[in-house]
Amino acid sequence: MKFTLSWLKDHLETDASLEEIVERLTSIGLEVESVDDRTVFAPFRIAKVLSAERHPDADKLQVLSVDAGPEVNGGKPLQVVCGAPNARAGMIGVLGQPGDYVPGLDTTLGVGKIRGVESFGMMCSERELELSDAHEGIIDLPADAPVGERFADYADLIDPVIEINLTPNHPEATGVAGIAFDLAASGLGKVKTPAIDRIEGKGPCPVAVRVESPVCLGFGLRLVSGVSNGPSPDWMQKRLKAIGLRPINALVDITNYVTFDRGRPLHVFDADKVSGSLVVRQGKDGEEILGLDGRVHALSDAICVIADDKGVESIGGIMGGEVSGCDETTTNVLIESALWDALSIAKAGRSLGIVTDARYRFERGVDPASLEPGLDIATRMVLDLCGGEPSERILEAVKPIERKVVEFPYSEVKRLTSLEVEKERQLDLLRALGFEAVDQGGHASVTVPSWRPDVDGKADLVEEVMRLSGVDTIEPQPLPTMGAVNGRILTTPQIRDRAARRALAARGMAEAVTYTFIPHEHAAAFGGGGDNLRLENPIAADMSDMRPSLIPGLVSALARNAARGYGDVAMFEVAAIYQGDGPEDQKRVAGGVRRGTAGLEGPGRNWSGNAQPVGVFDAKADAIAALEAAGAPVDRLMIETPASEWYHPGRSGRIKLGPKVVLAEFGELHPKILKALDASGPHAAFEVFLDAIPEPKRKATRTKPVLAISPFQPLRRDFAFVVEDGIEALKLIRAAEGADKKLVKEVRVFDVFAGGALGEGRKSVALEVLLAPSERTLTEEDLEAVSAKVVAAVEKATGGTLRS
Amino acid sequence: MSETETLKAELIERIEAAETEAALEEIRIAELGKKGRISDLLKGLGKMSPDERREAGPRLNGLRDAVQTAISARREALANAAIEARLKAETVDVTLPVRSSPASRGRIHPISQVIDEITAIFADMGFSIAEGPDIETDYYNFTALNFPEGHPAREMHDTFFLQPDAKGERKVLRTHTSPVQIRTMESQTPPIRIVIPGKTYRQDSDATHSPMFHQVEGLVVDKTANIAHMKWVLSEFCRAFFEVDSVTMRFRPSFFPFTEPSMEVDIQCDRSKPGEVRFGEGTDWMEILGCGMVHPNVLRAGGLDPDVYQGFAWGMGIDRIAMLKYGMPDLRAFFDADIRWVEHYGFRPLDVPTLFGGLSQ
Repeated sequence: MKFTLSWLKDHLETDASLEEIVERLTSIGLEVESVDDRTVFAPFRIAKVLSAERHPDADKLQVLSVDAGPEVNGGKPLQVVCGAPNARAGMIGVLGQPGDYVPGLDTTLGVGKIRGVESFGMMCSERELELSDAHEGIIDLPADAPVGERFADYADLIDPVIEINLTPNHPEATGVAGIAFDLAASGLGKVKTPAIDRIEGKGPCPVAVRVESPVCLGFGLRLVSGVSNGPSPDWMQKRLKAIGLRPINALVDITNYVTFDRGRPLHVFDADKVSGSLVVRQGKDGEEILGLDGRVHALSDAICVIADDKGVESIGGIMGGEVSGCDETTTNVLIESALWDALSIAKAGRSLGIVTDARYRFERGVDPASLEPGLDIATRMVLDLCGGEPSERILEAVKPIERKVVEFPYSEVKRLTSLEVEKERQLDLLRALGFEAVDQGGHASVTVPSWRPDVDGKADLVEEVMRLSGVDTIEPQPLPTMGAVNGRILTTPQIRDRAARRALAARGMAEAVTYTFIPHEHAAAFGGGGDNLRLENPIAADMSDMRPSLIPGLVSALARNAARGYGDVAMFEVAAIYQGDGPEDQKRVAGGVRRGTAGLEGPGRNWSGNAQPVGVFDAKADAIAALEAAGAPVDRLMIETPASEWYHPGRSGRIKLGPKVVLAEFGELHPKILKALDASGPHAAFEVFLDAIPEPKRKATRTKPVLAISPFQPLRRDFAFVVEDGIEALKLIRAAEGADKKLVKEVRVFDVFAGGALGEGRKSVALEVLLAPSERTLTEEDLEAVSAKVVAAVEKATGGTLRS
Repeated sequence: MSETETLKAELIERIEAAETEAALEEIRIAELGKKGRISDLLKGLGKMSPDERREAGPRLNGLRDAVQTAISARREALANAAIEARLKAETVDVTLPVRSSPASRGRIHPISQVIDEITAIFADMGFSIAEGPDIETDYYNFTALNFPEGHPAREMHDTFFLQPDAKGERKVLRTHTSPVQIRTMESQTPPIRIVIPGKTYRQDSDATHSPMFHQVEGLVVDKTANIAHMKWVLSEFCRAFFEVDSVTMRFRPSFFPFTEPSMEVDIQCDRSKPGEVRFGEGTDWMEILGCGMVHPNVLRAGGLDPDVYQGFAWGMGIDRIAMLKYGMPDLRAFFDADIRWVEHYGFRPLDVPTLFGGLSQ
């Protein structure tokens, strides 16, 4: 909502300065978005062209000698080079000097040299001063324009424009009169909005109206015959231009002016272009209308229209039609002042995609009591500006105005705001805003004015009292403490998120936050892409599907980095994936991808040894680190191969806890998947499914188990087994660990090799077993016995043999 | 010079000339060994007359001691020289660079770090952290929050919709974290003190808008919470978060469907230096959050009687306050995962924000 200061002062008598008004507007909830004080026009001077000579070096340019009065250039004429065809000796125009900012050019003038001739300024066109689009020539002022004066004063341009960012709860402030009313209620002056006289008119309105649609809550119409339409007066054009509207002609400008002046949208039809009577009805599928915006709009039965015998002439409450619109030839005009259901207008406007000043007001709620006065004020202005003879009015389907009554306890203000506002003061403030408040002792019966459809409860009235009392008068009060030291604040999943995040970052990876919507093909490649997770209105075609995995987003991020020259990067993300559209389908995942040589020790070459391409074991180590940080029992993990189909089938695994619970997947990515993601090079990826980790049992005590330190030396023994190629190392480890649970403390695989003397399809796995006795030092016999147990257990479990 | 003196001089010369431990040992055995020359001379003492012995004893013992001392000294010198030689051989160029440690290379994204900062502050005020799904129903995202069907306020949110299901119902990507207010009120009885950080979505993209962004919402519901408490909570938060001694805030009446009265809050700051915002000083105002008393209809939707319970709520952009505090110029870069950006604006993994250690280093 935009208006000018002088416009506001038509409605508000006040001594307040612009700054005070702006500050007050914001403090009562009408947030000032911007103030254009128009001082940009201040420097321009009215100047007389003394002489105009042909430029010696250019046919279309003239060299002017310009007199801009005694205050410019010490009263001496200035030389200005000018290309305007209408520049001539003796004319009076507008001069911009070096240092002046020209808004229409968005540039600051300097002393220029044009084809060898110096120019000390510029004679301006209307477009250069943003007065209009006219640029055929420079501004040509009447001969009596005072040379040397400021052009802005002469043309009355310095009228500050205020724009407020109107929230939906202030329909009254869609008109300058309503804004003045609010300001007066806050104590900043007195309302002086002129009263609207009732105009009876003569003779019946010749066009009948029939209201069939429930969207129309009242329809007023009147004919003014014998008007002469033309440009609206300067003062009106100036105001409309100042708020960004293009003047059209007097009849149309009047409707726009009243829309902004009173928050009362109107419409005018050229009566001679209307045939038969007007019907207010729902549109029909297949109907269309050429709107005043010059576009054809398809209509439907969800849109209320005004039609005559020829068809649809106007979209109710939103936009008029071109065909029956008023132009310079209009001599008989029908003025419409109607009321429309706010929600229906909002829906219709949205489905049509039309934003107009009428829709803006009707969907917020136009004062139903403004229907008749709106008709009269428009009639008065038409009569004043265009002449003519008014008919009587037609009022169809006008509903009685229902006014809400709110029972308002005075204590409510203190309860919600802590402000102590005297009962009388509360009543005064509400009454100043147009509420009728009747004191009932402990509460007031408050009747809501017709122009405040947004108010329907106690809390709304608290807001009215609060905004006029000043929110700044509320003193902060500490929130009462809960009376105890806080216990643990975070939930287990929240702790897991944080632990996994810091653990992965501590492994040299950088955290990314990527979009949760990814290209459809990427989602489909990772087991997603279902209809229930596809956006109906994505912001871009490649941001269409809620991700089923973190990996595609991370791989794409790494590819972008690689394209910028950073190919060896490791990134992770701890965030949600979406397996369905229900709350339970959103899962927390810690996922990461290492690319190129970005392993744990860092990427690239180093004199001490170059980093190797990342592989499955980098991903496995990351997954286990994240699991361990998140509190998973990592000593009981099982590993199954392969992982999901987007991984390399021979270089990936799935970490499980028991037969059902999948905790993580890791591996190198499948080359086909990398191709689909437009990526290349080594990628080691993992995802840890944080929600799958079982909730640890709450222990009764924080005490750790007693530490038993053995006084006896541990011993290490090496065993090498020859097994079938397909036998997994973990099987050997688990067998060795289980051989003597008391003595075997740790089993390491220190060597693996295949082929050679072992023969095809076999491999050797060498284990180092740590034996830690707790009762006595091991004797040779003890060692023999435990070694035999280890060999037997491994051989039994794997079918392998001890290498001799 | 006596014979002994001559011998002594000769031996000491040979000892000092010995280049190796082995040569030295050879001399020791030849002179002091069981059958060594000096040992033999000493053995001869027994056969001498007492007078001869009185003269020859000290002389020969002196010879033996001198030779022994010389050998020991030489041995130590040789050992030292050997260590010197080894150390010299082992010398390396210690200016060669070492690889950086993983913990110094890794980074925490500013959004995660700022959520941890927010958590530290509100945990101290007795709040817990609530969360909810990104994919919401129309009911939780709008209707329960007092956005009536078709109300223009719904249009202020440029909502992402999912494909309609078989019944024609469309889920939405939540446009704010407020649905979690309802979910919390449904599952918890007051007093409620929660903050809700999370992802939110609107169809918008420029330097300060991204189709995905992060909000943190706060909710306090009990029987006394009012705007004065809200002002205190918010100003304490801003002071602690921006790590300044004091902040000046301006509360302006505004409108949100789910609060009544509603306010927007500006914070006073100095923006005179490009790319930098200083809080607690200056003359500019910057909008930072929206807040208000929970609307009676929202309390009702959460199953609470608005004449018994009351409370306040607020919401602000996590990305936005991160940008204000740490100076990132463009929101879209948050989600681009440019490693140079993450390394520059990200945080080290071990820098966990706490109130006792300061939120940021």
